[in-house]
Amino acid sequence: MLELRGLTKRFGGLLAVDQVDLAVKDGEIHALIGPNGAGKTTIIAQVSGSLDADAGEILFRGRDLTRLPQHARVKAGLARSFQITSIFRRFSVLDNLALAVQARSGSSLSFWRPVAGEKALFDEARAIADEVGLSRRLDLVAGNLAHGEQRALEVGLALATRPKLVLLDEPMAGMGPEESQRIIALIERIRARVTVLLVEHDMDAVFRLAERISVLVSGRVIASGAPQEIRANAEVRRAYLGDELAAG
Amino acid sequence: MKKTIFVLGLAVAFPLVMNALDQAFYIGFGARVLIYAMAAASLNLVLGYGGMVSFGHAAFFGAGAYVTGILAVEGLRSAWIAWPAAVAVAAAAALVIGALSLRTRGVYFIMITLAFAQMMYYVFVSLKAYGGDDGLSLPGRSTLGFGLELGDELTWYYVVLVLLAAVLYLLHRIVHSRFGRVIEAIRENETRAAATGYPVYGYKLACFVISGAIAGLAGALIANQSSYVGPGLLHWVQSGTLMIMVILGGVGRFWGAPIGAAVLLTLEETLSGSEALGQYALHWQLPVGVVLLVIVLYAPQGIAGLIAGRRRA
Amino acid sequence: MLRVEGLETAYGASQVLFGLSLEISEGEAVTLLGRNGMGKTTTVRSIMGLTRARAGAISFRGRRIEREAPDRIARAGIALVPEGRQIFPNLSVREHLVAFADNRAGRKDPWTPDKVFDLFENLGKRRDHMGNQLSGGEQQMLAIGRALVTNPHLLILDEATEGLAPLVREEIWRCLERLRAAGQTILVIDKYIERLVRLADRHTIIERGRVAWQGGSAELDADRGLWHRYLGV
Ligand SMILES: Nc1ncnc2c1ncn2[C@@H]1O[C@H](COP(=O)(O)OP(=O)(O)OP(=O)(O)O)[C@@H](O)[C@H]1O
Ligand SMILES: [Mg+2]
Repeated sequence: MLELRGLTKRFGGLLAVDQVDLAVKDGEIHALIGPNGAGKTTIIAQVSGSLDADAGEILFRGRDLTRLPQHARVKAGLARSFQITSIFRRFSVLDNLALAVQARSGSSLSFWRPVAGEKALFDEARAIADEVGLSRRLDLVAGNLAHGEQRALEVGLALATRPKLVLLDEPMAGMGPEESQRIIALIERIRARVTVLLVEHDMDAVFRLAERISVLVSGRVIASGAPQEIRANAEVRRAYLGDELAAG
Repeated sequence: MKKTIFVLGLAVAFPLVMNALDQAFYIGFGARVLIYAMAAASLNLVLGYGGMVSFGHAAFFGAGAYVTGILAVEGLRSAWIAWPAAVAVAAAAALVIGALSLRTRGVYFIMITLAFAQMMYYVFVSLKAYGGDDGLSLPGRSTLGFGLELGDELTWYYVVLVLLAAVLYLLHRIVHSRFGRVIEAIRENETRAAATGYPVYGYKLACFVISGAIAGLAGALIANQSSYVGPGLLHWVQSGTLMIMVILGGVGRFWGAPIGAAVLLTLEETLSGSEALGQYALHWQLPVGVVLLVIVLYAPQGIAGLIAGRRRA
Repeated sequence: MLRVEGLETAYGASQVLFGLSLEISEGEAVTLLGRNGMGKTTTVRSIMGLTRARAGAISFRGRRIEREAPDRIARAGIALVPEGRQIFPNLSVREHLVAFADNRAGRKDPWTPDKVFDLFENLGKRRDHMGNQLSGGEQQMLAIGRALVTNPHLLILDEATEGLAPLVREEIWRCLERLRAAGQTILVIDKYIERLVRLADRHTIIERGRVAWQGGSAELDADRGLWHRYLGV
């Protein structure tokens, strides 16, 4: 599904992503974990196309995306969520989602027909709101949602473009236990049709969901493998997990 | 819907009432308000809906006016040629200026649009063949055919009204279309709009060009209004005036621009000609400034926002 | 130290807090618990003066503050690590800390920018980065550091461990334990309830803008029904 070869990003003197090789297989839930500042978000930004790659290649379903603009990558089936919530704050929840649905259903260079009359758009938006647990908030202005609800909308926006691969950047951050459970259940439900690259610091969620885990430290992948292997890996424990968590 | 019919009724009745009151002079004033309403509405599309603070909209307004003026003195007075030409040239100007300025953001965008407009201003000031500094007097209004004589103030008023209504209807369709939603989404959060799959730059440019085209049409009309075009139409003060109209009326409010144009021009008309103010009438901008201040401080949604707010309450 | 009585707060037409009362004594560590959207953040924002309370009284160290501006409340010695970090995009890490450094509680051994860099080594390596050039977790560390260097009488943390790696999260808990032992008064909101039970003395559970339960750590730990009913665990 996704393959990174020698992906690199430099911010001035700082090597944020350092020749990363990574492969995400069709249909898997692949977790990318690592310390704060390791470069996880930077990789997501590069894959989704908002940051250029200084070197390396991004292959998506066999196709080289490295130089493709962001919107073309969305069309190809890539979507992302943001770690730092990024929603249309003055739009209603329903309008937020409908706008994302619109991006992948038909042309938006339509100047004449009222969008409000497009039932299919809003039906799909409602269905997604339901999935992320916002069906009772449809008409609320997104900026007035509680923080955890905004986080849920963030995930909803990523899914609304019907991606084949979704890059989720800390979807559970800022959510309460119930909301986290809902997102975990959601990811489990969509795994049949969407491949997931999950960045998350909530280890309960990571170890429950992930089939494979890659660990990024200082821009380099130091380990990649099945959850048990990662848990047992001494280097990963030292750099990231700590002993208590690795044991549990 | 009710609101639209009310406003339309008002606009249709205005010249008839003025005639009845023996104040036919105000019919011309009414047409001027309608033309500025169109220009301001074009600015509101980019400023209010698209979040692009263009401080050079006079460039497109003025370009439309000059195209009409130059064609007229060269003997081409048919509205069917001159007005579309004005629209096309203004749209082309918007395409070029937009393509360059939309690469910048925030204050830089404001400054670069202003700079382009001022450049065009100086181009026309130095265009001696077409009047330079003094501007250009037109031999008369454009010709429309169908037995309609645009030189007649009443006919002229209604022609302008029909065009304004058509433009406002078009804008209404646009802001409620898929395209319009995307434009507003980009204003709200450009990063997210891009991540959602919209080529942000292209959408902004399209919006900018549509807006420029409409401003060009308004320019063609203003040239006819006074049968005169001068570089003042492209001056930055003109851009500022359009912006004040939008802010007064309500940024991003559908009725904002027409309301703003009507209020600002009415204030100008009554205050600058007021005998009660005597010699102070020269300083009519001062009370206008105060009104603007009050609006910005207490009604950031403009007059249109005030009206809508009252209704809901 | 802090007494909140009959607090009512609303955003426009929708009321969030309905007569909430709360007390924190000097040197105590207390928590606000409850599901998301129940009013925890609103309570904290009302205390800080960021959202005006519609009714009720808030007094801090014997002084009424419910009508005061946020900057005065902050200078009186309350520091907030706000939900969502709220870092200034165009200030560097060092500028954030230097600009806020103060010794409001008059501590003998106050927090300084350098001490924050000792606590968060990685943040120290990024000290010249602008706020918008930090990773999410680095921003979170900075938000905590920015509150610490004011040396407040009362430290409020609203979801301060959001986005932090497990090891750093653990570091925060240990740091809060040390602070507590040194007599710092703390009000904390967080989703890691097990950890809060170990850290804090008393807990207040909020449900729909009202206090649903108040009690000590031992009671809360023993009554899993509470967790289930109010905390969704
Ligand atoms: N625009 C930028 N300019 C300079 N440095 C940056 C910029 N953006 C990020 N960095 C740095 O690059 C490194 C990687 O950042 P990134 O956001 O990818 O980390 P992360 O793995 O997502 O961390 P976290 O878990 O805290 O979210 C960090 O050290 C950060 O300070
Ligand atoms: Mg990150």
